[in-house]
Amino acid sequence: MSFPWARHYEPKHPLMQWVDERLPLPRFVYNAIGAGYPVPRNLNYWWNFGVLAGVVLVIQIVTGIVLAMHFHSSGAEAFNSVNGGIMRDVNGGWFLRFAHANGASMFFVVLYIHMFRGLYYGSYKAPREMVWLLGVVIFLLTMATAFMGYVLPWGQMSFWGAQVITGFFSAIPVVGEWIRVWLLGGYAPDDATLNRFFSLHYLLPFVIVGAVILHIWALHIPGSSNPTGVEVKGEQDTVPFHPYYTAKDGFGLGVFMVIYTALIFFAPDLLGHPDNYIPANGLSTPAHIVPEWYFWPFYAILRAFTADFILPAKLWGVLAMFGSILILFFLPWLDKSPVRSGNYRPLYRLSFWVLIVDVLVLGFCGGSPAEPLYVMLSQIAAAYYFAHFLIIVPIISRIETPKPLPGSITEAVLGKSA
Amino acid sequence: MLPLFVRSIKFLVGGGFIFVLLIALYGTITAEKPAVTAEQEFHLHPKEDVTFSFDNPVLGKFDVAQLQRGYQVYQEVCAACHSLSLVSFRELKGLGYNDAQVKKLASDFDNHAKQPTLDPKTGDRGERGNLPSDHFPHIPYSGNGTPPDLSLITKARHGGARYVYSILTGYADQNGYKNEKGQELLREFPGAKSPPGTFFNPYFANLNIAMPKPLTSDGQVTYLDGTRATVPQMAQDVSAFLTWASEPTMETRKQTGLAVVLFLLVTTLLAFGAYRTVWAGVKH
Repeated sequence: MSFPWARHYEPKHPLMQWVDERLPLPRFVYNAIGAGYPVPRNLNYWWNFGVLAGVVLVIQIVTGIVLAMHFHSSGAEAFNSVNGGIMRDVNGGWFLRFAHANGASMFFVVLYIHMFRGLYYGSYKAPREMVWLLGVVIFLLTMATAFMGYVLPWGQMSFWGAQVITGFFSAIPVVGEWIRVWLLGGYAPDDATLNRFFSLHYLLPFVIVGAVILHIWALHIPGSSNPTGVEVKGEQDTVPFHPYYTAKDGFGLGVFMVIYTALIFFAPDLLGHPDNYIPANGLSTPAHIVPEWYFWPFYAILRAFTADFILPAKLWGVLAMFGSILILFFLPWLDKSPVRSGNYRPLYRLSFWVLIVDVLVLGFCGGSPAEPLYVMLSQIAAAYYFAHFLIIVPIISRIETPKPLPGSITEAVLGKSA
Repeated sequence: MLPLFVRSIKFLVGGGFIFVLLIALYGTITAEKPAVTAEQEFHLHPKEDVTFSFDNPVLGKFDVAQLQRGYQVYQEVCAACHSLSLVSFRELKGLGYNDAQVKKLASDFDNHAKQPTLDPKTGDRGERGNLPSDHFPHIPYSGNGTPPDLSLITKARHGGARYVYSILTGYADQNGYKNEKGQELLREFPGAKSPPGTFFNPYFANLNIAMPKPLTSDGQVTYLDGTRATVPQMAQDVSAFLTWASEPTMETRKQTGLAVVLFLLVTTLLAFGAYRTVWAGVKH
């Protein structure tokens, strides 16, 4: 599963030889993220974000496990165990809590950059479709995990977020209300909801780890893509992952950690909502129920559907919101262009940047109150979102004349002379 | 070759969503504009013209003397109705008090509320005095409205300490009240008259708050440190105290952060050097 010139693991110490003959785990790691994995030499900084996502996942699991030791998953105790116990009485608890809450935000920052990098450089195309599909699975699992985690402190936004999100299922005809009650374990969010969300919030990260292992396995079959989109042709096109990309990722990780820790220590509540510092109260609905910022684009799509047309508006909104993510599963077959990298696809590159602006506009609308101006804006932006993936990209991939591709990665790096 | 229907299903799905969105857009454009509400025209954001010693997100610290004054205001005014149940008396050491003083402050609080107890033999409810190891007791309240617990109040409102300060100093006479545009509230919105038992305060979300003006006159509290207790002074001091109460570890957080971020900056610089060294001679 690698290039013929990949280095082979040769254990030097007798103990490592002994281990390698019985359980070749060191060999496995060596071939996965060590010197045994040849990587294109021309990866830019946008390729740092996969490793960063892995690091944030580990940080989330470690901080989460310790937080779970001090958390009480009951409606009466959850809020106080977080805002009283963990934040005040547990040694360093405030740090763990802020690291975990902001870690969720940073996870999405990193994931979104990683995904948009894949979109721009055509990383979803053959032979890497499976890498992309597993990536979308990871994204969905992460969204579910983040949502359930946000419910746990049992503040006002936790409670009403759970109410709204499970309310989506009541849009399903006939059985919808029954499904909603089944998911919540009651007619409204309560202890039963909180306990199952806690259980699943603890489980899903390990499912994500499993999906990440598959994601990396699938990546190692064809090897990493690169900014030119031209496949590796020979040894001169690659460098061993270690030390070259461990060093580059080390620097990227440093920059990431500076930003992440600055957020934890200097602005820990910046990305949160003040209402979640109010204990959950089923009798008092917040003026504006908004999810965490990373769900805003999808929330805007949900709320953009305000007209009943054959189906009720709410069902349209729910279908469109889930559809907006499910579309990504079909992307490898919607974009038929044989050229991967947006660098050589002038029309696609233009549509990519319009999509970026579009998603930012959706995010802005999703975080704003449902006033006519924002609703109009989100309706236009949501229409463009679907047009991009289902109409514009398929058409572009047929009519576009790509720019000439370099003969090889080395040629692109060294210029024509090589 | 796939049948035409399968090949064009993407256009059908995409076109379907876009069609429904355009119907919705038409509906939004043609809908009647919702009527402007009194809240939209008259609700004010927290005042910006007050500064706190902890404003700076990196270097800002609490002013211990101010926290002590603020606690005095909480204890003498707010604690008549508002609990502070996430905070412990022992944490008051963070305000610069020693063990004996904290013990005194805890027992002084007995006049507001005591700690509930159960007699282990009879199961009868009883009370005992507050100890430093106790949380602030729940303060019973039976009047109009529901006074929120103040433990997290500056985190639970947009604007934080400035919000609390603005509420405390923002009460106004509703008759003849005008906004910046010069609109007169009761002329524009005759229905906006404060319901009985509420008080007009444009910094409160729905303009009418159930809490009567708590800081009514200068000198309401006699500060132990001799500071002149004007209403804005008391409001600012208690806002600072409540910011401390919402996160007593704030100074530790910022100081730790400074060390962590500086350490990471140096590490990152070294990592950059390592990256350049490893890649030296490899064009990429």
